[in-house]
Amino acid sequence: MGAIQNKLEGPVSDELALVRAAKQGDDSAFEELVRRYDRNVFRIAQHITQNREDAEDVVQEAFLKAYSNLAKFQEQSKFYTWLVRIAVNEALMKLRRKKPERTVSLDEDIKTEDDSLPREIADWSPNPEQQYTQGELQEILSKTIQGLPPGFRTVFVLRDVEGLSTEETAAALELSVPAVKSRLLRARLQLRERLGRYFQKRESGDGKQ
Amino acid sequence: MKCSEFLHELTNYLDGVLDGPTKVELENHLSWCHNCYVVCDTTKKTIEIYRDSQLYELPEDLRSRLRSAIMKKCQQHKKRDSESV
Repeated sequence: MGAIQNKLEGPVSDELALVRAAKQGDDSAFEELVRRYDRNVFRIAQHITQNREDAEDVVQEAFLKAYSNLAKFQEQSKFYTWLVRIAVNEALMKLRRKKPERTVSLDEDIKTEDDSLPREIADWSPNPEQQYTQGELQEILSKTIQGLPPGFRTVFVLRDVEGLSTEETAAALELSVPAVKSRLLRARLQLRERLGRYFQKRESGDGKQ
Repeated sequence: MKCSEFLHELTNYLDGVLDGPTKVELENHLSWCHNCYVVCDTTKKTIEIYRDSQLYELPEDLRSRLRSAIMKKCQQHKKRDSESV
């Protein structure tokens, strides 16, 4: 059983050149940065807010904020990591406005017990995702990730869906590397356990197999 | 290696950043502990399913609408900025 292969970022070699041109007032360079990262920002925003209209707002607000603060971008990290940090903050702010009764922060849900083995250890069918249509599968995945606390699903989406490194995820979320690793483990295990309800092997021939 | 130690190293293992000796110990554990093997295998599948799911893809029409809106707002911002100087 080997390691997970990460989805690689697009070419970053000319990213800095685009950023510098945009800083000099070249709007077409900035538009190219929008084109390059809008899908990522949208995906991250919808994972966090779980609402499409909010995600659309976040995309607009994040890029506008990046544009108006471009002069402050020190070029010490990748532009994309900086942009992700802005987008995550915007998305969490949306959540807070919608759920004022529950404080939403990346620091919540830290108080969990020490690592313990998952309770439910049932094997899955081979290629379990093929038991469902694409639409059904997306609904299952969306519903399942919605059940995770925002702090967990944010780490999971940055690290495992968008393929940021642990260090980049830590930088984007202003968390320590151990904190990212611990949340990532919990997020992965919780998702695994929840998906098991749909994907595990069935004893009898009822249901989808 | 105990099951709890395996779990502690699971994320590093799946991310391919374990040092050689620990990796050997972990794989040895997986070769006889069925529960941990299942957890490892299904956790890996969980990540792959999400990564390949194309969940929340931005449709092209919405994408170009958003891009126009962003660039328009950026230009308004620039105009306001230059007027205030």
